Amino acid sequence: MNLQVIVIEGLSAMTTAASLFIIAAGLSLIFGALRVINVAHGTLYMYGAYFMATLFAASGSGWLFWVGLLVAPLFVAAIGAIAEVTLLRRVYERDHLVQLLVTYSLFLILSDLALRFWGTASLSANQPPSLSGAAMVGGVMFPAYDLFVIGCAVAMGLALWALLGRTMLGWKIRAAVEDPETLAASGTNVKRLFTLVFAIGSGLAGFGGAVIAPLQSVDPGMGQSVIVSAFIVAVIGGLGSIAGAAIGATLIGIVEAVGIFYLPSWAPAFIFVAMIVVLAVRPVGLMGQKLGY
Amino acid sequence: MLKIDEIHTYYGQSHILQGVSLEIAAGECVALLGRNGAGKTTTMRSIMGMTPPRRGRIALDGAEITGLSTHQIARAGIGYVPSGRRVFSELTVRQNLDLAAHDAKGTVGPWTVERVLEMFPKLVELSGRGAGFLSGGEQQMLKLGRALLRNPKLLLLDEPTEGLAPVVVKDLFRWIKRLMREDLSILLSEQNSSFALNISDRGYILEKGQIRFSAPSSELANSREIRTYLGIDSKTVAG
Ligand SMILES: Nc1ncnc2c1ncn2[C@@H]1O[C@H](COP(=O)(O)OP(=O)(O)OP(=O)(O)O)[C@@H](O)[C@H]1O
Ligand SMILES: [Mg+2]
Repeated sequence: MNLQVIVIEGLSAMTTAASLFIIAAGLSLIFGALRVINVAHGTLYMYGAYFMATLFAASGSGWLFWVGLLVAPLFVAAIGAIAEVTLLRRVYERDHLVQLLVTYSLFLILSDLALRFWGTASLSANQPPSLSGAAMVGGVMFPAYDLFVIGCAVAMGLALWALLGRTMLGWKIRAAVEDPETLAASGTNVKRLFTLVFAIGSGLAGFGGAVIAPLQSVDPGMGQSVIVSAFIVAVIGGLGSIAGAAIGATLIGIVEAVGIFYLPSWAPAFIFVAMIVVLAVRPVGLMGQKLGY
Repeated sequence: MLKIDEIHTYYGQSHILQGVSLEIAAGECVALLGRNGAGKTTTMRSIMGMTPPRRGRIALDGAEITGLSTHQIARAGIGYVPSGRRVFSELTVRQNLDLAAHDAKGTVGPWTVERVLEMFPKLVELSGRGAGFLSGGEQQMLKLGRALLRNPKLLLLDEPTEGLAPVVVKDLFRWIKRLMREDLSILLSEQNSSFALNISDRGYILEKGQIRFSAPSSELANSREIRTYLGIDSKTVAG
């Protein structure tokens, strides 16, 4: 194997890792703060992608991509906020099965609404002209858009790290995870804080969908296919840990790249094997249990 | 200041507070005494809306607060210092204080982070430390400081002496005295009855979710019956 192959394989592993992280981060944030596994997370991601694709169908000009990147997360965050207020906040105190049923019903409702709005045909979103070429990295040509996806994942990771570690909102989120009652006694409206967290997590999913949309076809199945791998990444990293999601995504990206290179027909099974191995060694995932950064 | 009228509070099916009535006048320090499981913490949780009473009324300065949510009750002017290690252990000491100050934005009163650090200079050295690593006494300072930042009219202190070394209990006595001089109203729940009766103006004794006695603290402290009930050794209540 020569150096160029290693660079190319490495970069595509990183691209896979980046798109996995972009989806898993919001899932993990929501679980960390609200202790709810949001089965509908993939569907929110799909809404981000549809939003982007619709925007392009309307015009197709490059600058709308950047508008979409900004507005899709807000659109999906608003959907998340509505879902939290009407459904999720009623089940935080209930057991996991009830929560799972509620997020599953949210998944069904959102999927059906999407079918109604967008139909079954697959749409596509273009890459903006400024990112559609190839770029030279370490002596090889690599799609510029893939590098952009990697950049988005890194930026998102850093933003979450800064949010949770450096801002009042982040401290409050972590305080709410630890002791919501005491936080309320200090004067914080914890219900509203939880709505905000769910909206942020949903917005991250929407952002992910908008970023990934130009790389694949946007269709009704895209939410489902992604939720499983996002969940595996979050579980490997330790549900609730953002750093864990980053490590989990990197691990899966590498495992998948190596798998495809040596044993292509077995590659899809590898990520499950990776999850089983990690969970056998560390049942709480690589980065433990608490919401951290 | 605070008027609790015949409240009944439940945990699920268990009827814990059975018609508790209690009053705190402005500037008064009132002790809430009783054995383990008598319902002291539940009374405070009822006031704070954490386990809202199913019947009865609670009013703060004449305005009913029953049925409000916890953050609204806090904003109405009640500071709550829960028992045990309830600081945000993942955050630093300074972040704990800044968070409380942020929650208290818009309140008027003497308490700022600077003034809290003046009262508890120890917290200055500890400001970068994770709050989970503090000793019991240090956590007590932090919890008290956090509650004061609200600039409350009324402070609820739940078993502040629990697990503190005798030296620190003396400090706590001075802190509470100082707050009383600043005209803060205080409800003090304690297992350490002699400590509470020494510092408070009046006291209530809870038994199985009902008020059994209420009287000025000196009277409670001097009654043989009460002392025996509370298990206070007569020598410890001097003054
Ligand atoms: N979360 C809960 N669920 C069910 N019962 C509870 C709960 N918390 C307290 N209790 C019960 O309510 C009663 C009153 O408890 P509470 O904590 O108010 O007592 P306390 O006077 O504060 O006691 P202590 O001095 O031990 O702190 C006890 O019988 C206790 O077992
Ligand atoms: Mg108690």
